[in-house]
Amino acid sequence: MSNFRLFIMPILAVALAIATGAIIIALSGSSPVDAYKALIDGSLSDSRSIGRTLEKATPLVMGGLAVAFAFKAGLFNIGGQGQLVFGALIAGAVGYGITGLPWIIHTPLALLAGALAGAIWGAIPGILKSTRGAHEVITTIMLNFVALNMTDWLASKVWREEGVIVRTPHIEESAEIPRWGEIPTGFLLAVVIAFVCWYLLRSTTFGFEIKSVGLNPNAARYAGISVKKIVIMTMAISGLLAALGGAIETQGVVGRYEPGFNAGLGFEGITIALLARTHPLAVIPAAILIGAMEAGGSMMQFKADVSPEITDIIQALILIFVATPIIVRWFLSQKEANELSVSTTWGSS
Amino acid sequence: MSSNTLALEATSISKTFGNVKANDQINLEIKKGRIHALLGENGAGKSTLVNILFGLYKADSGTVKVNGEVVDLGRPKDAIDQGIGMVHQHFQLVPVLTVAENIVLGKEPANRANVIDIEEAKKKVKELAENYQLDVDTEATVEDLPVGTQQRVEILRSLYRKADILILDEPTAVLTPQETDHLLQVLKNLASQGVAIIFITHKLREVLEVADEVTVMRNGQVVGSTTPSETDESGLAEMMVGRSVVLRVAKEESSPGETILKVNNLCVHDDRDLLAVNDLSLEVKSGEILGIAGVEGNGQRELVETITGLRNAKTGEILISDTSIIEFSPRQISELGVAHIPEDREKHGLIGAHSVADNLILNRYYKTPFSNKGIRQQKAIANYATEMVEKFDIRTPDIDTPSSSLSGGNKQKAIAAREFSHDAKLLVASQPTRGIDVGSIEFVHQQLIQQRDQGLAVLLVSAELDEILSLSDRIAVIYRGRLIVTENSAELDRNRIGRIMTTGSDST
Ligand SMILES: Nc1ncnc2c1ncn2[C@@H]1O[C@H](COP(=O)(O)OP(=O)(O)OP(=O)(O)O)[C@@H](O)[C@H]1O
Ligand SMILES: [Mg+2]
Repeated sequence: MSNFRLFIMPILAVALAIATGAIIIALSGSSPVDAYKALIDGSLSDSRSIGRTLEKATPLVMGGLAVAFAFKAGLFNIGGQGQLVFGALIAGAVGYGITGLPWIIHTPLALLAGALAGAIWGAIPGILKSTRGAHEVITTIMLNFVALNMTDWLASKVWREEGVIVRTPHIEESAEIPRWGEIPTGFLLAVVIAFVCWYLLRSTTFGFEIKSVGLNPNAARYAGISVKKIVIMTMAISGLLAALGGAIETQGVVGRYEPGFNAGLGFEGITIALLARTHPLAVIPAAILIGAMEAGGSMMQFKADVSPEITDIIQALILIFVATPIIVRWFLSQKEANELSVSTTWGSS
Repeated sequence: MSSNTLALEATSISKTFGNVKANDQINLEIKKGRIHALLGENGAGKSTLVNILFGLYKADSGTVKVNGEVVDLGRPKDAIDQGIGMVHQHFQLVPVLTVAENIVLGKEPANRANVIDIEEAKKKVKELAENYQLDVDTEATVEDLPVGTQQRVEILRSLYRKADILILDEPTAVLTPQETDHLLQVLKNLASQGVAIIFITHKLREVLEVADEVTVMRNGQVVGSTTPSETDESGLAEMMVGRSVVLRVAKEESSPGETILKVNNLCVHDDRDLLAVNDLSLEVKSGEILGIAGVEGNGQRELVETITGLRNAKTGEILISDTSIIEFSPRQISELGVAHIPEDREKHGLIGAHSVADNLILNRYYKTPFSNKGIRQQKAIANYATEMVEKFDIRTPDIDTPSSSLSGGNKQKAIAAREFSHDAKLLVASQPTRGIDVGSIEFVHQQLIQQRDQGLAVLLVSAELDEILSLSDRIAVIYRGRLIVTENSAELDRNRIGRIMTTGSDST
């Protein structure tokens, strides 16, 4: 597929989803124009709402990167949710449990601890695949349940704040990620990490090995690449990325770990990665788009009386249109349609 | 000849990929009941042309007439409806289904309850097979069948769909000599029953044996046509390449040095965990070529994969310059100076989505100058690739093209280029010239001899007896995982090798 098409297809998918969303809003008796105006109002109108959008986008960038990165090695990491809650909890624990450190040490320490927890959690399905041949889709889904219950237990029994609410104590100020004006610093960090992933995949021999394993594991092995090692390392990095999203959420937004606060965030990574066609840099605008919908959703209810779930529907529609490019192609042109076969791959770069 | 004997007529077919004119104003006439051979260098545009005729590619311009009528071949289904069948090199069969099921798939006979009538299917397939004298066991499961039989199933599949124009793109590249003879006989039978056949091959002997007419292509154009009675092998070769070709490479007596590869009492299992290499021992010295002759599937693949680290040995020992490599990874073995031209270029040899450049450094991407402290050095990679493309005459639009879009033979040339440039002391070459044109075979053979003369040890595995005979200094014949004889090539003639290959015994 040409670069132009690669670029234009997701945009068309989004446009189609928004148009379909408008029809649904109209059918439910509200004005689509008002609704979308409110959506933009709540997400992009001033520096505060933009700040909120970026804040929402931050774990989405990380979750999208996690899925996209694993996909380069031909792996489907569906375990982003589990990795994310682990990262969020461990960052929270280190954030409140260790006191007396200067922020320059405490903040990165908590982030790293969370990231490491996710890397370990992500490496498990990698090891299971490499040594026992267990498919990572199955194991990562199962590990999501294990992670949710383990973090629930840790938050309610081990690191629980005194009181009725099940949650960990608020982190020390030295572990908090500050805002930079209205812009959440965590978002900037996520952007930097996206660039690092992009560079790593594009320009390093390690990235070359990852892509080789993803494209043709037999030939990769023939070329002397240890496929097992790459699978484990890629899953670990993927888990690390997802967990870092959780850690940033804890240290930059919530201030502590509270079960249920991050529900579903890890799964949105799949949508983002699809929308970005697994390109690490394209993950950023994709995450901002979904983040804006989330940030503006409540304003939509408030101003246009459209339930915020409509944003979920639009997201789902985007996913459908991106995952079934044939529909979009039909809009794009019918001439070339027969030269392109329906592909199961997400992207190519 | 009057037009009603024409099964297919293609006029001014053109097709461009990017800046490559793969087909440039091609005209082709295929007559009923005739075998039409399509010859040409690697990348000449043969596959492109037949893919257009089968509706897999869409021509930029030109018309196709089937039985005198202009047809639109937009999709393979259109071609099938017009009675055109194609046997692909990668078979399109379902491995776990039976022969009969595979053949009727998509057009199954059904009973009144609309359930597949498997008995009826078997009966129909049997009739068909008898009609065309293509013997297959209709109840066998496809994955258990040898390649040659699978190919027969593919042919039957086309015939079941009433094909009277049959396209075969390099069908013999994957066949043993016996299977090839059988296929050629089948093609003759089909032709005598009125089927028009388009037959692509790089083996000139086959062309002379079965073709009624020959069309030669070069650089996307038809450069000539002839018939076997008007020409011979060197004539055909010259037409293809545009210069005279040495069909049998000249070589000096070898002067073997120290032992590089030593295999002692090796036993290896195949994918089904059956003994494939059975107590095998051999030795290859520096500066000599040891050829392994044998019918494919007698343990050659497992032997090669074990030596190169892709498969584990059960028992026995492999030494490379006195280092035991039984526990070594493919990377460690490569680092010892072992190059490997793998038998399956799509599976092992190339990463199709990577560029030609990246594939040319696939065994060295992590070394200087291609990598510096873990960072890829694009400039060094590009310079090196450009040099290799030129030296080995790899026909590609540029070095950034994904290797999957190269023609079959150019893929093979890229692999050969990479492995010849490995600075190795041992080269394990499996079917090194499969699918490449006569001009390139000449080149690869010259390279092999030249590197041998510089001290390279070569283990050559080939299904082409001619190749084994013309290159090897010593020949070992493999049968059911054992080496039956190993002798200087002067002591072994074609007949004797053939006998041992097929019977496993040297006695007359
Ligand atoms: N899908 C494709 N995309 C881009 N270029 C292509 C594609 N298919 C073929 N080509 C180019 O078109 C030219 C003709 O290729 P083709 O496969 O028809 O050659 P061929 O005659 O079959 O060669 P061979 O004997 O090696 O199989 C080559 O230069 C090849 O690189
Ligand atoms: Mg071809």
